[in-house]
Amino acid sequence: MLEIRNLHARIAETGTEIIRGLDLTVRDGEVAAIMGPNGSGKSTLSYILAGRDDYEVTEGEILFNGQSILGMDPAERAASGIFLAFQYPLEIPGVATMEFLKVALNAQRKARGEPELKIPDLLRKVKEAAGRLNMDMAMLKRPLNVGFSGGEKKRAEILQMSLLEPKLCVLDETDSGLDIDALKVVADGVNALRAPDRSMVVITHYQRLLDYIVPDTVHVLYKGRVIKSGDKSLALDLEQNGYADIIGEAA
Amino acid sequence: MNMHAKPQRTHAETALIDGFVERFSDLPGNEAVIRRRDDAVERLKAGLPTRRVEAWHYTDLRRLLATVPAYDPTASARPLPALLQGSTVLPVLNGVAAHAPRIEGVSVVGLEQKLADGSIAPAMTSRDAADVIAPLNAAFVTDGWFLDIADGAAVDGPIELQNVQAGGQVHVRFPVRVGAGARATIVERQSGSGDALVSSVSHMTVGEGADITWVILQEQPVGATHFGQFNAVLAKDAKLTLFVMNTGGKLVRQEIKVDAKGEGAVFNLRGVNLLNGDSHTDVTMVLDHSAPNTTSSEIIRNVVTGRARGVFQGQIRVDRLAQKTDAKMACNTLLLSDEGEFSAKPELEIFADDVACGHGATVTEIDRSHLFYLMARGVPEKQARGLLVRAFVAEVIEGLEDEALVAALEAKLEAWFARNG
Ligand SMILES: Nc1ncnc2c1ncn2[C@@H]1O[C@H](COP(=O)(O)OP(=O)(O)OP(=O)(O)O)[C@@H](O)[C@H]1O
Ligand SMILES: [Mg+2]
Repeated sequence: MLEIRNLHARIAETGTEIIRGLDLTVRDGEVAAIMGPNGSGKSTLSYILAGRDDYEVTEGEILFNGQSILGMDPAERAASGIFLAFQYPLEIPGVATMEFLKVALNAQRKARGEPELKIPDLLRKVKEAAGRLNMDMAMLKRPLNVGFSGGEKKRAEILQMSLLEPKLCVLDETDSGLDIDALKVVADGVNALRAPDRSMVVITHYQRLLDYIVPDTVHVLYKGRVIKSGDKSLALDLEQNGYADIIGEAA
Repeated sequence: MNMHAKPQRTHAETALIDGFVERFSDLPGNEAVIRRRDDAVERLKAGLPTRRVEAWHYTDLRRLLATVPAYDPTASARPLPALLQGSTVLPVLNGVAAHAPRIEGVSVVGLEQKLADGSIAPAMTSRDAADVIAPLNAAFVTDGWFLDIADGAAVDGPIELQNVQAGGQVHVRFPVRVGAGARATIVERQSGSGDALVSSVSHMTVGEGADITWVILQEQPVGATHFGQFNAVLAKDAKLTLFVMNTGGKLVRQEIKVDAKGEGAVFNLRGVNLLNGDSHTDVTMVLDHSAPNTTSSEIIRNVVTGRARGVFQGQIRVDRLAQKTDAKMACNTLLLSDEGEFSAKPELEIFADDVACGHGATVTEIDRSHLFYLMARGVPEKQARGLLVRAFVAEVIEGLEDEALVAALEAKLEAWFARNG
C-alpha cells in the first residue's frame, strides 16, 4: 500500500530539515501506529503524505500502490485514495459543511470517472454516517468546523473519512480532545472502515486509543526517522517505560 | 491678465457643459426646476474634482472620466426580469419612466410630473462643494419615480426601481418618503447594455419606527460609467438595512449619505464589490450619528481581480449629543491578482464621550492553509479557490434576513464567478 524510502524533507521557507531518512512500509489492510515524542516529525510526515507544499522532499521516495506520489498535488492524492484526518482541523468560514461534503465527494468521483452523487443519495449517506458518529445533522448546516468544539471537529474529520472511503487513512492524533465516550464512538467509526484493501496510519501518543484501534505494527519516530518498529506490544512497552531507552539504543 | 486662470477644460468637462446647452430645451421642469438646473451647471463649470479634493482623493475624476457620451435619443432599453419573485417593477428605460402600476399602501408618481410642477425643485440641491453627482444629476435629470409609503403600511412584496440604460446619457432620481411604522423592501437596480454615462440619485426619509431594506444592485456593462448617490435620513427608532453590490461598470462611484437623526435609529450597511478588468469602483459613505442611542454597522467585502481598482471611504461622524452611539465598520478585501488594488479609508470623527466605535480594514490573499485543507479532500485547486472566494463574500450576503434575497444575490455572485472565475 505505502512504501516510504529514505525520505528527507525540509521546510520550504527556511530550509530546516525535519524528516531525515525515514523508512516505513505499510501493507494492504495493515493498521500502523506511529508514536514518538513531541516535535519528532509525525504531523510533518502526515502533511507530506497529503502533499502540503510548505514542505519540500529533497531525497527519497513515497510509493502509494507502487506509484510515486511526489509529483501529485493534494487534490490528486486525495482522489487516488489518500486521506489525512488533521491534528488541528481548520475552520473555513462561509463554506457550509454539507455543501463542502457534496463538493469534495463529487470532485473525487469526477476525478475517478464516476457519476456525481444525487442530492437525496448524498443526504442519505451523510445521515447514516453522522448517525454512527453521534453527530447532529444541524451541525452540518454550519460553516465547516467553525465554532465546533475540539471533539466535534475530530468527529467531523472521521465523518469525512467514512464518506470519502479512502484507501490510505492517516489519522493525526484523532484521539486528542475526545472524551472517553467520544473516543469509543470515533474508534468504532475507524474500526468499521478496516478492510483488507484499506490501510491506516494512526499517529497517537496514547495506548488508550490503541486499546480500541488495535494496530498490526507500531513505529517510533524520533528526529525525523523511524528508530524502532514492532508489534502492538511495543506500544505497551512505551506506555510503561517511555522513550528514553529506545532513544538511547538508537543513538 | 486673468488672475484666476483655470486649467483648460477636459473633453469630458466640455462635453457636459455643451451637452447642457443642447439638451436644455428638451429637459422637463418649471421655472423653479430650471433655476436649479442652471445652478447645477454653474457648479459643473467649476471643473471636475482631482485627487487634491479630499473626497475624491482615490478617485481622480478629472483624469478618470476621459470621455462623456452624447445623449442618444434613439437608444431604447427593455425592462429586466425582477431580482425577486413577487416584485412590483417600476422601470425607467433609458431615462423614461414607463408606466405606474398600483402598489397597495404606496403612492407612485412619475418624476417627470414632479419636475413639470416643480415640487421636486427644493430637493435638487448639492450636498457640499465636493458634490459632483447631485449637480450632474440636477442639471440633466429627466425622470424617475417618487414613492410615498403610507404610515403603517406593510408593503406586500418588494418594489424594484429599475434603471436600465441602452447608451448615451441617463440621469434619474428616486425620492422616497417612508411613513411612520411602514415596512418595505426596495431594490434599486442599475443595469443596461450600452457604454452610457449614468447618474442616479435617491433621497429617502424614513419615518419613526419604520423598517426598510434597500438593495442597490449595480451590474452595468464594462463600458459604462455609473454615478450613484443614496441619501437617507432616519427618524426615531427607524431601521434601514442597505445592501450594495457592485459587479460591473468601468468607472463607478456610489455615494452613501445617511443621517441617523432620531434617537434609537439603526443603520446597517453591507457591501459587496466584485471587481475585474480595468474598472475603477468607489464606494464612499458619510454617516452621521446625530442623536443618542443610535446604532450602525458596516461590513464591506471586496474581491479584486485583473487590474481593477477599488475604494471604500467610510466616514462616521458622532455628534456631541449622540451619546451611547454604537458604530462598527469593517472593510475586508481579497486581492486575487498582483495588478489589482484596493484603498480603504475609514474615518471616525467623534464628539461625544460615551460611545463604542471601531473600525478595521484588511487586505489579504487566499489563505493557503484553507486551500490545502479543501484540496486534501480532493477538491481541485481552481475549484477550491473559487469556493473560498465565494465563501468570503457569501458571509456578508447570508447575514441578510430575507431568504429569497439571499438566494437571489447568491445567484448573482455565482454568475459573476462563472464569468470571471
Ligand atoms: N511549517 C513549519 N514551520 C516551522 N517549523 C515547523 C513547521 N512544521 C514543522 N515544524 C517543526 O518541525 C518539528 C516537527 O513538527 P511536527 O509537528 O511534525 O511534530 P509532531 O511529531 O507532530 O509533534 P506533536 O507530537 O507535538 O504533534 C517541530 O520542531 C516543529 O516546530
Ligand atoms: Mg503533531
